[in-house]
Amino acid sequence: MKLTNLMTSAAVALGLATAALADDPTKVGFVYVGPVGDGGWTYEHDQARKAVVEEFGDKVETVYVESVAEGPDAERVITQMALQGADLIFTTSFGYMDPTINVAAKFPDVKFEHATGYKNADNVSTYSARFYEGRAVQGTIAGHMTKSNVVGYIGSYPIPEVIRGINSAYIHAKKVNPDVEFKIVWAFTWFDPAKEADAAKVLIEQGADVILQHTDSTAPQAAAQAAGNVITFGQASDMAEYAPAPRVSSIIDNWAPYYIARTQAVMDGTWESKSTWDGIGAGMVGIGEISDAVPADVKEAALAIKAALADGSYHAFTGPLNKQDGSAWLAEGETADDGTLAGMNFYVEGIEGDIPQ
Amino acid sequence: MDLSAINPVLLIASLMVAATPLLFAAIGELVVEKSGVLNLGVEGMMIIGAVAGFATAVETGSPMLGFVAAAGAGAALSVLFAILTQYAQANQVASGLSLTLFGLGMSALLGQSYVGIKPPQMLKIDLPLLSDLPVVGPILFGHDLMLYVAIAVIAAVWAVIKFTRIGLVLRAVGENHDAAHALGYKVVRIRIMAILFGGACAGLGGAYISLIRVPQWTEGMTAGIGWIALALVVFASWKPWRVLLGAYLFGGVTVVQLNLQAAGVAIPVEYLAMSPYLITILVLVILSADKSSAPAALGRNFHAAR
Repeated sequence: MKLTNLMTSAAVALGLATAALADDPTKVGFVYVGPVGDGGWTYEHDQARKAVVEEFGDKVETVYVESVAEGPDAERVITQMALQGADLIFTTSFGYMDPTINVAAKFPDVKFEHATGYKNADNVSTYSARFYEGRAVQGTIAGHMTKSNVVGYIGSYPIPEVIRGINSAYIHAKKVNPDVEFKIVWAFTWFDPAKEADAAKVLIEQGADVILQHTDSTAPQAAAQAAGNVITFGQASDMAEYAPAPRVSSIIDNWAPYYIARTQAVMDGTWESKSTWDGIGAGMVGIGEISDAVPADVKEAALAIKAALADGSYHAFTGPLNKQDGSAWLAEGETADDGTLAGMNFYVEGIEGDIPQ
Repeated sequence: MDLSAINPVLLIASLMVAATPLLFAAIGELVVEKSGVLNLGVEGMMIIGAVAGFATAVETGSPMLGFVAAAGAGAALSVLFAILTQYAQANQVASGLSLTLFGLGMSALLGQSYVGIKPPQMLKIDLPLLSDLPVVGPILFGHDLMLYVAIAVIAAVWAVIKFTRIGLVLRAVGENHDAAHALGYKVVRIRIMAILFGGACAGLGGAYISLIRVPQWTEGMTAGIGWIALALVVFASWKPWRVLLGAYLFGGVTVVQLNLQAAGVAIPVEYLAMSPYLITILVLVILSADKSSAPAALGRNFHAAR
């Protein structure tokens, strides 16, 4: 893959070089971890990029490089974008955190926006969505719907983002179904359809009749459909082509308003470094339509949770909650603070297995 | 930890499915290497096969036509390699690598309008009595047709190489192309046919991923299986039945690892990810003491005037 990336970025560089001669629109760069056609995470970022183009028309020029490996390769691609005159660069995967910070130090005049990370600088903002709120809704549906009481969860990498999602889904599934058990498989990839399909099949073979995924392709949906009697949730994107079953609902990332606002800020010269973490309430996390495969009362319960999360009357991590080892974490009525959530590296009580190191 | 959650019958059945793309790609490459050509473009031919098979199956509604198209597309791409290496005398390693890169880029372009579409389902072979047998049923009689085709191809290649004149000529060309040429065999023509066969097999392997194993089209979906197939040919020391064994071993590693994880046994993924290559290195070391080794003319270009 690396060499293909090289070629794409070379092509992009060429495009940027020729564009630099034209009038001076605001240049916005996007670095994607998967292909724009993944139907999930990267697809939604690219939809938001298109929304930016639509909003500003000729005043903005966007470039993107897709399938950029996390690590040193990313640093090269980001540097390239900055060198070619981008004014604002969105780096859209957790693994781009250090590369973004490194490049930002070399280009103080370029603004950077890093998704799902926690390192800021004067010209680096971070932004993320409170996906765990969406997981709370999914967990509620999963707990009600499972007949085998086994819920399968395909994790990508053991980072706080993913662990938060597992905990949130588990807490809410457990709340409505005390017998529920989570089987967690780590795929160690964001995007590998064959591996994701295998992971889903394995979980189904081991008794799971609900599959939650934190990987980006629709392969687990296809596997669930082939197995029958298994429900899934769209991840990052609606994945509506698998509705009404196996996909019964979804978490939809909606980055467009944020991208438009930040591009506007760069144009106006009002851009400043900040950390944004919005959830269902602010519209950054959308819940895809709950399909008819879900009974009405379950749908109602899920929507009630969604409404409570949206208006802030309920927090997805509300005590009493213990950590996996049994030690106390949150007292009755206490809610988790953002610092703990941002660095979450433990399971809550009841989840079996260890987080790989 | 709950190992009882792993159902060995289902495990073996899904392991066979996971190994089939590998089987196709590796047996094709084995024939190519037997003829003395090293084609590193397996990954590229697989992904072209994956997209061509998928597109054809979606357009025509027939998975079988999809597989035919995939074999054709894989072979078509390998023609490029054949022209480069057999006529233009280009370096085989460089040509093969460029074939992989070309295939990945080309397939991404071709597949753009097929993202998110569901292909027509391939019917499973359903033998009324046999498929219902306990244990043996799901393992031996519960699969799709292409899985059996893969095993049949292995058997056919083995028989041809071992028992027929064609096999003997193929081996002669791969061991010593000058001697084969002196005997009057058309070295270049034989090698091109082997390359085409390898391309067709790789295409089938790719289509198996996009039509049966996943089944959907996404860019870069072969995710390195072509490279494992190359390692597998070495692991199998250029023997067809060992390819079968190796494919089940290599393909099994992924499935077993996921099964173990789901059952609560945590083996660091890195060990399992590197195990196919580790085993290949080990086999190479053992091979150096063994009589069976690589075809002597492997990777060397042939020109009649030299």
